[in-house]
Amino acid sequence: MLRIECPCCGPRDHDEFRYGGDASVKRPAHDDPDPEAWYRYVYIRTNPAGPHREFWQHVTGCRQWLVVERDTRNHAIAAVDFARKLPARKSTLRKSPA
Amino acid sequence: MSSNRKRLSVGARIIREQPVEFTFDGRKLAGYRGDTLASALLANGVTLVGRSFKYHRPRGIFSAGPEEPNALVTLGTAGRREPNLPATTLELADGMVVESQNRWPSLAFDMQSVNGLLAPFLSAGFYYKTFMGPTRRAWMFYEHFIRKAAGLGRAGTGVDPDHYEVRHAFADVAIVGGGPAGLSAARAAAAAGARVALIEQDFLLGGQLLAEPSDSAAAAWLRQAEAELEGFETITLMKRTTAFGSYDGNVLGLVEQRDPTNPQPNGETRQTVTMLRIRSIVFATGAIERPMVFSNNDRPGVMLASAARTYLNRFAVLPGKKIVVATTNDGAWRTAFDYAAAGAEVTVADLRPVPPAALAAEAGRLGVVVRAATRIVDLHGGHAVRRVTLNGPEGQSSAACDLVCISDGWSPTVHLTSHLGVKPVYRDDIDGFVPGVFSASQFGAGAMIGAYATVAAIEDGHRAGIEAAASCGKSAPVSAPSKLDLGETGSSVLREALPAGRAKAFVDFQMDVTTGDIELAHREGYESVEHLKRYTTLGMGTDQGKTSNFPALAAMAALRNATIPETGTTTFRPPYTPVAIGALAGRAIGHHFKPIRRTPMHDWHMANGAEMLEVGLWMRPYFYRQSGRDVNDAYVAEMRNVRQAAGLMDISTLGKIDVRGPDAAIFLDRVYANGFAKLAVGRARYGIMLRDDGIVFDDGTTTRLAENRFFMTTSTAKAADVLSRLEFLLDTAWPDLRVAVTSVSDEWAAMSVAGPNSRAILGAAFPALDVSDEALPHMGLLESEWEGRGLRILRLSYSGERAYEIYVGATAGEQLWSCLLEAGRLLALKPYGVEALGALRVEKGHVAGPEIDGRTTLDDLGLGRMAGKRSGFVGDVLRRRPALQAPNRQRLVGLECIEDGKRLRGGAILFLPDEKPHGHGRGRVTSVTFSPERGHYVGLALLAGDVAAEGSEVVAVYPMKAETVRARVVSPVFVDPQGERLHG
Amino acid sequence: MARYSAFSVFRNALSGQKNWQRAWRAAEPKSSYDVIVIGGGGHGLATAFYLAENHGIRDVAVLEKGYVGSGNVGRNTTVIRSNYLLDGNTQFYEFSMKLWEDMSQALNFNVMFSQRGQLVTAHSADQLDGFSHRANVMRLNGIDADILDREDVRRLVPYLDFSDTARFPIHGAIFQGRAGTARHDAVAWGYARAADSHGVDIIQNCEVTGFVRDGDRIVGVETTKGRIGAGKVGLAVAGHTSVLGAKAGLELPIESHVLQAFVTEPLKPLVDHVVAYGADHFYVSQSDKGGLVFGGNLDGYNSYAQRGNLGVVREVAEAAIALMPCISRVRLLRHWGGVMDMTPDASPIICPTPIEGLYLNGGWCYGGFKATPASGWCFAHTIATGKPHPLIAAYGLDRFRTGHTLDEAGAGPLAWLQ
Repeated sequence: MLRIECPCCGPRDHDEFRYGGDASVKRPAHDDPDPEAWYRYVYIRTNPAGPHREFWQHVTGCRQWLVVERDTRNHAIAAVDFARKLPARKSTLRKSPA
Repeated sequence: MSSNRKRLSVGARIIREQPVEFTFDGRKLAGYRGDTLASALLANGVTLVGRSFKYHRPRGIFSAGPEEPNALVTLGTAGRREPNLPATTLELADGMVVESQNRWPSLAFDMQSVNGLLAPFLSAGFYYKTFMGPTRRAWMFYEHFIRKAAGLGRAGTGVDPDHYEVRHAFADVAIVGGGPAGLSAARAAAAAGARVALIEQDFLLGGQLLAEPSDSAAAAWLRQAEAELEGFETITLMKRTTAFGSYDGNVLGLVEQRDPTNPQPNGETRQTVTMLRIRSIVFATGAIERPMVFSNNDRPGVMLASAARTYLNRFAVLPGKKIVVATTNDGAWRTAFDYAAAGAEVTVADLRPVPPAALAAEAGRLGVVVRAATRIVDLHGGHAVRRVTLNGPEGQSSAACDLVCISDGWSPTVHLTSHLGVKPVYRDDIDGFVPGVFSASQFGAGAMIGAYATVAAIEDGHRAGIEAAASCGKSAPVSAPSKLDLGETGSSVLREALPAGRAKAFVDFQMDVTTGDIELAHREGYESVEHLKRYTTLGMGTDQGKTSNFPALAAMAALRNATIPETGTTTFRPPYTPVAIGALAGRAIGHHFKPIRRTPMHDWHMANGAEMLEVGLWMRPYFYRQSGRDVNDAYVAEMRNVRQAAGLMDISTLGKIDVRGPDAAIFLDRVYANGFAKLAVGRARYGIMLRDDGIVFDDGTTTRLAENRFFMTTSTAKAADVLSRLEFLLDTAWPDLRVAVTSVSDEWAAMSVAGPNSRAILGAAFPALDVSDEALPHMGLLESEWEGRGLRILRLSYSGERAYEIYVGATAGEQLWSCLLEAGRLLALKPYGVEALGALRVEKGHVAGPEIDGRTTLDDLGLGRMAGKRSGFVGDVLRRRPALQAPNRQRLVGLECIEDGKRLRGGAILFLPDEKPHGHGRGRVTSVTFSPERGHYVGLALLAGDVAAEGSEVVAVYPMKAETVRARVVSPVFVDPQGERLHG
Repeated sequence: MARYSAFSVFRNALSGQKNWQRAWRAAEPKSSYDVIVIGGGGHGLATAFYLAENHGIRDVAVLEKGYVGSGNVGRNTTVIRSNYLLDGNTQFYEFSMKLWEDMSQALNFNVMFSQRGQLVTAHSADQLDGFSHRANVMRLNGIDADILDREDVRRLVPYLDFSDTARFPIHGAIFQGRAGTARHDAVAWGYARAADSHGVDIIQNCEVTGFVRDGDRIVGVETTKGRIGAGKVGLAVAGHTSVLGAKAGLELPIESHVLQAFVTEPLKPLVDHVVAYGADHFYVSQSDKGGLVFGGNLDGYNSYAQRGNLGVVREVAEAAIALMPCISRVRLLRHWGGVMDMTPDASPIICPTPIEGLYLNGGWCYGGFKATPASGWCFAHTIATGKPHPLIAAYGLDRFRTGHTLDEAGAGPLAWLQ
């Protein structure tokens, strides 16, 4: 088992989590019309043999999406943080007035 | 006991007051508590125990531990039959029924030992070079016989009556191995303040100390150490427990055998698998002695020197009285001395030109004959050894003997560290591999890192225990361990060169791999260690080559004229010793394999004639037996009742998600392909979500409960995926949106009342509520309370009839269900199941799982207008890719069977009437139903857009039933195309 | 090359096995080749063989980082079948099946292709309908397929759980009689030996560390044994395609994941077919040596470590007992991991690349073994002619951009994440 130190729940087995893949890919803004940007986001992965930033969701715990830094060569985990701290992509839409 | 003719009368660690009876191939034999099966067999003079894999050569007991390649037996009968167990690891218990294996008709006379005569032809990999003709499928003929000849034991075919458990455990420090290093490490780590798990595969602690005489200083040290450990409440002693694998995250897989000598009357767990999570690990796994390689070195009566010493000192068995000890190192001399002291006639053949003087002197004192620079080159005897041929400075000579003890040094047990990818490194001084670089929380101690002498192992374990505790922050002061110096004289080793004997010299005993096979592999270019293993099957046996890996590597190195590190190392895979699959499964067997999900109305369905169907772990009513004889009768009757009166359906399995926050409407606008921002409070809307790649993901309805609060439903199958997806978008893509999503799937029971009588039934069931069309129009919401629980009534239709979805607090589900049935009794309300539900939606042309198959787009499903000209929603950009817009894509159509007496079937392939039915066709039938309204079978299909004009004819081909049916392409909406009944 | 035959085995036995030759030469690299194939696994070796055999291109080197067959060809569970649903897949895998049927003779190496039949259990009427759809497609494409009911399944494989306590009762099965298994290492060795006999240089312990360019064109590779020139370079390193692709400047839609495989102790014959559990992730066959060989699902996270986690071991064991309660006391002997190239639609990528002189063969997910001969055949054609073989027309790299994805399971991009 990988042991993921959930910042909310403490160290837990990885099978409490749902894997979300590469966290370094940048999701285009929701209204970005560029097909190339979406193609790259959905399909292209650097897939490194080495340190990898990746999403995990603590589904049977706090349900937070996390960003885990893990080495794909030996599965050693270097860091875990909430995904929510990532800077958001600017939307071109006006924000809700509420 | 008289049958124990090789047993000494005093000493050792068996309990003579507790005799134990067992059978071996039907023979009644006896031993003592504290015996292994192997020691008891030896005590009874049984030397022939098994047959080898390929040549069916007679084999005896070779070792005293899990490295045993030869003495494999089958234990138990019927459902308890367990093949391939090493006799050396089986704790003897009363009533054990043991059979030898891989022989026919009997162990002593095995027909297949004829393979030994064919051996010249059965060289390594011979099967790759032949069995290729005369015909193309010839292999299938040969394979039949080869398969029968291969294999070792026979598996049981009955049900295993025993139980297994899987448990989870935690500790600060795990110590693997209860020998001197492990015991010392456990004491030190516990004294430093750590919670310790000490894991020992044997039923006694002590490791190699158990090979020391039971009245020795070693035995006294061991007694004291055990007492000391028992004084720590923070140490969990796990005997009969094997650490079978080490895994990422400092997790050890352990399997514990129940104490077979102490059966519980009600049966109990036979084996327990523990997933032990620890903060640091001390590997104190010891070392395994290596055999010498010479002609016929596999005969019964050849034994590892340390094993022979164990049988003598631990089990009081003297398996031979005239013994030859062949060695390249000091350690085996101790066996010679102990056997001499026990009265045996002993010759030591040491390959080294000048064995240490101290050993020679002791040998002289005990009357042991010493032959320096001498090796065994051949061995004679069939079912038992009779004599050996020695070759030394004086030339060849013959020595009669009944036991041959061999030792070519030791291999540290690095398996567990190898599991984790720690590459073994070769150490010249000990001529063996030790683990390379440990991670920060892992430590090695004792023989496994090359500290072979007991005095060093104890000190080493002490150090490792302190370091392991410190790495988890426990560093209380620890007193020095008691010393034990057994005077081992170091590890001077001379590696044996390749043997010269004419007959077969075995490297891997179990797999029958000889030096000749290794030479052949080398000659043919299979030189890498992995090629060698795969070509010759070396190390592929149940012992995983514990005694053969190193000798094979050394042999290949000699052939390649290379050093051992140049030649390579091998990677060990878990498990360290084989683990029963049933133990790994634990209690997750039978009905407990996967959870069963039941709705709040489950008991009612069971009590009222529902035939249940499992859908993605949910138990759902398939149909109700009172509706018809079988499902085909019943679903049509249930459909008719919905269309003519009213039906009640349990829809609790739908995913339900609470979506709230100031930006909830914006959020839904982005996740659905159709718009939700303008949805009025109190209104519901059908919505479709796409994946990022533009393919349809899921559908459902979402209702606006309040300005900033929505109630979403998802399909049953996608409930979990949709929720995670929404959370993913909020956490990672749009953290600026102020929205929270929460699953409320289990909080609500849900049921649908559908049919022309549905409003009247609601009126009767909820007399206090206004359910008029004005108060509750199509796609309207009514929120209230019922019996103190929340109540939501949504006017939604899946069947095309006037219908209501009713949600109530889950605990009131069954009560409301019954209440509705009661209210609808006079209005012909009857429950219906998922088969009728599916049929109703096909008739109405609604898409579901068979159409939303992960490959279809909105446009494919005829729903493109839902997105209209919108943009900015998930999947919008990639759904515009050229292939997803191509005119020849398969689109949703309706199909009507136009041949009397025939029917459509889902999974039929569609062709044009004039084309040859070959290949993938123009499309396929996705869903079908008999339509009571139309009086014949109708179906939904995905059909290539360029051939799918309504009114045209297609042929539905179903080779699996040899059916070809003509059908007409029609609108997918078979009933009420104007949608009038929704309001009827 | 001395031919292998019953006679040669007999003759050599009489001469003490001293006269066998190396199965393939221990070649050292020349300064350049017409074609370099990177990757001495099944696909790379097959490609080299067919380049020589079908296209007369014999100035070929296969560069292997470790030893021949050290990757997935020697780590898989050896199942061979051609039961694919989608246009593009169906024909390719059936072509592969036909090549398997002739492989031992074509290579003069017994790869022990055993057409013992594969069945997948169905556990509901709906699931069996889905299987019927697949079987219909197979039959209409000239491939053998049968649908079995519960009693048929019981007659064929009586040791499965037909009891009342079965969690997912068996409803029926889909069966392909021509499916089966082969000896995986023999496939690598057989292709290596046959390619070598055509003059192909097989160079082991030769890791490619970079690519040599002339303008936009790739004209060679840098290796741990020095620079080697090449007219064309084919990449067949499934599991590590991203790593090598990055060195060439290719951006790829691939993630590497671990799939575990398992083998039990050798037993007398018990499982005579390939059996897959339709209710969970589990499939099993019995090797000729007697071990039950089985597997389950991916471990579920990017990995280049060839080892799996204990949780998946337990899940697979649970599924094993659910399908075959009689193996409760059978003991797991060994489990290991292979690194899989996972593509977004779970179909492979074989094609010319945007980089001139570079050809790509990868993305085999967990289905590469059965494709070995057809992959080599079609990749050789693609390298030799510069144009995709018609059977791999659907396996282009640009399909993700255009939307022509080939998603058998309909699970979508990164399906293994769900």
